[in-house]
Amino acid sequence: MVTLNDYLLVSGLLFTLGFAGVLLRRNIIIIYMALELMLNAANLSLVAFSRFNGEAGLPNYNGQMLVFFIITVAAAEVAVGLAIIVALYRARQTTNVEDINTLKF
Amino acid sequence: MQLPWIILFTPLLSALIIATLTKRWRNLSAFVSVAAVLVSLAASIKLFCTPLPDAATAVLQIPWIDLGTQLQLPIGITLDGLSKAMLIVVTVIGSLIHIYSLAYMADDEGKSRYFAGLSIFMFSMLGIVFANNFAMMFIFWELVGVSSFILIGHWYNKPAPPAAANKAFITNRIGDFGFMLGILLVWVTTGTINFAELTTKLGALQAAPALATLTALCIFCGTVGKSAQFPLHVWLPDAMEGPTPVSALIHAATMVAAGVYMLARVFFLISISATALETIAWIGTITAVLAALMATQQNDIKRILAYSTLSQLGYMVMAMGVAAPEAGMFHLFTHAFFKALLFLGSGAVIYACHHEQDIWKMGGLWKKQPITTATFAIGTLALMGVYGFSGFFSKDSILIAASHHNQAIFILGLISAFLTAYYMTRLFVVVFFGKARTEHAAHAHEVPILMWAPLMLLAIPAWIAGYEKFIHPFLPVHEHGASSVPMIASTAAVLGILIGFFLYRGRDKDPIVIPLLANKFYFDELYAALIRNTQDRLAGVSDFFDRWILDAGIVRLVCSGGTYGLGFVLRLFQVGNIQGYAFLFGAGVIGLLYFVIFK
Repeated sequence: MVTLNDYLLVSGLLFTLGFAGVLLRRNIIIIYMALELMLNAANLSLVAFSRFNGEAGLPNYNGQMLVFFIITVAAAEVAVGLAIIVALYRARQTTNVEDINTLKF
Repeated sequence: MQLPWIILFTPLLSALIIATLTKRWRNLSAFVSVAAVLVSLAASIKLFCTPLPDAATAVLQIPWIDLGTQLQLPIGITLDGLSKAMLIVVTVIGSLIHIYSLAYMADDEGKSRYFAGLSIFMFSMLGIVFANNFAMMFIFWELVGVSSFILIGHWYNKPAPPAAANKAFITNRIGDFGFMLGILLVWVTTGTINFAELTTKLGALQAAPALATLTALCIFCGTVGKSAQFPLHVWLPDAMEGPTPVSALIHAATMVAAGVYMLARVFFLISISATALETIAWIGTITAVLAALMATQQNDIKRILAYSTLSQLGYMVMAMGVAAPEAGMFHLFTHAFFKALLFLGSGAVIYACHHEQDIWKMGGLWKKQPITTATFAIGTLALMGVYGFSGFFSKDSILIAASHHNQAIFILGLISAFLTAYYMTRLFVVVFFGKARTEHAAHAHEVPILMWAPLMLLAIPAWIAGYEKFIHPFLPVHEHGASSVPMIASTAAVLGILIGFFLYRGRDKDPIVIPLLANKFYFDELYAALIRNTQDRLAGVSDFFDRWILDAGIVRLVCSGGTYGLGFVLRLFQVGNIQGYAFLFGAGVIGLLYFVIFK
């Protein structure tokens, strides 16, 4: 039997992986992917909570609603974020975050 | 009852018109101002002739500041015998002086400013006369101070007038501060500052004699400042730097009398404390004698009159102190006419001698200026208190009250009456008799009609204002019964006249030189030293505190250094590396979680 704790453990692992990716990787695209991973870790835990906190045989839909919002926002964020990365690459010819450390250039 | 508002606000309107519209047309400005004061005069006479309706004082009031039951500050009008008499004095003398100014200030550059100042003064002075509560009186009290400042400093290109204006204003501030404390004390103890209400709410003050004395003396401080009583008398002689009509209107007839008027208005309050009355009587007496002594050795015609004003104001305050307010108001009433006359006369002399003010550079003017001499003589006789002239009656009513009250005060009053006769004879003999001592005096001639007409009009009340038939509609003065005082006072005056006449007849320079008196008892030097030793030291300490504790210590070290240090530490975190921020952010979240969940 898979319990809520198992799901949360997987979610936490995914989140840690994502955060480690954000902190350790140097390529900005990889960092971006790691960020998405963190968002999906949150989604996973929300869905798990929704499933296990149901009443009268029905899941609690609040968690699922929030997941849809996160997916939508993440999609929009990807569109904006990737556009920024493309613009940044055009300006600096690099995707290495160690080279991108000033606000103005 | 629209009349009081018309009287009060017409001069203000004139000042506004001059300041905003007609400033560039000097003669038009003068016309506006004179017209306004004449409207006020006409309305005042009409008001004076209208009998008082019942409870008029309660109706003539508009609310201004309303803080519930705690404090109500209305702009209200008091109409009683006292304010009506004062109203006539202010508007009649004000009108004559406006007309006189037309000639005296004819070619002045700042004529518009001058007439605007006169108008704003008339407004402020009428406000004091009408005020029905302490707050309103205090506001107008300050306004007359401001207009006096403006008019003393009228010739601001010269060094002396602005300095004199500052001196007058700052000296008055000291007295006004006490006045304000007195008003606050009245409010705190009785809960009202309305004169009419106060008369029924004196219980709290009557129950606490010390408090009543303190309150009365604080209020008296206002009089000491505005009416130039000892020890704040130093500003009035210097105020003579202003144009002569201003000296006549503000610094002789009306504004300086406001202090006495205020005492008469709140006499019911100050008379609770016998100690306060005693102090007031002595301050008045000291002022009367000191000022008369100083006047005997001055050489500037206006300064002699200024010291004589001080001395006469001392008499009025003395009258208040010996519990004879109606005698004080009587003297205020007559003094206003004959002193305005004397100042305008001195203005005519100064005008004729090309702005020469030293009496030893005049002489023999009676042949060249017969009208001025005759009217000046009437004013002088009235001031001396010679029998038959207005000053005789009012001065005697004060001296009689003093003789019933305190022999020492009475004798000092007699001495200053003698001195008054002496120095006025000196002034008159030196200026009008003998031979001309300078070219200017030799070529003097009579002044234009706009100047001598007001002199003649003022000479009439200066002569007859003391007779009971004339004074009775204005003030409830009763002719004193059989008393030896008028005889003694007249003897003192005649003695003064004789000594002055024989001492100064035919002299070209002063036969008596008393440096102590000529230097006004060194009051100015004393105050300068006092300020040097106290205020300058205090200023030095404050300067040190400001420069080294506030500036260097708190601003530079604590505030600036603290902000800079904090900024330095925070700047360490701003590395610019995204992953660095992410790490700090993550660490922060973990820290927060730790504190929220595990603590």
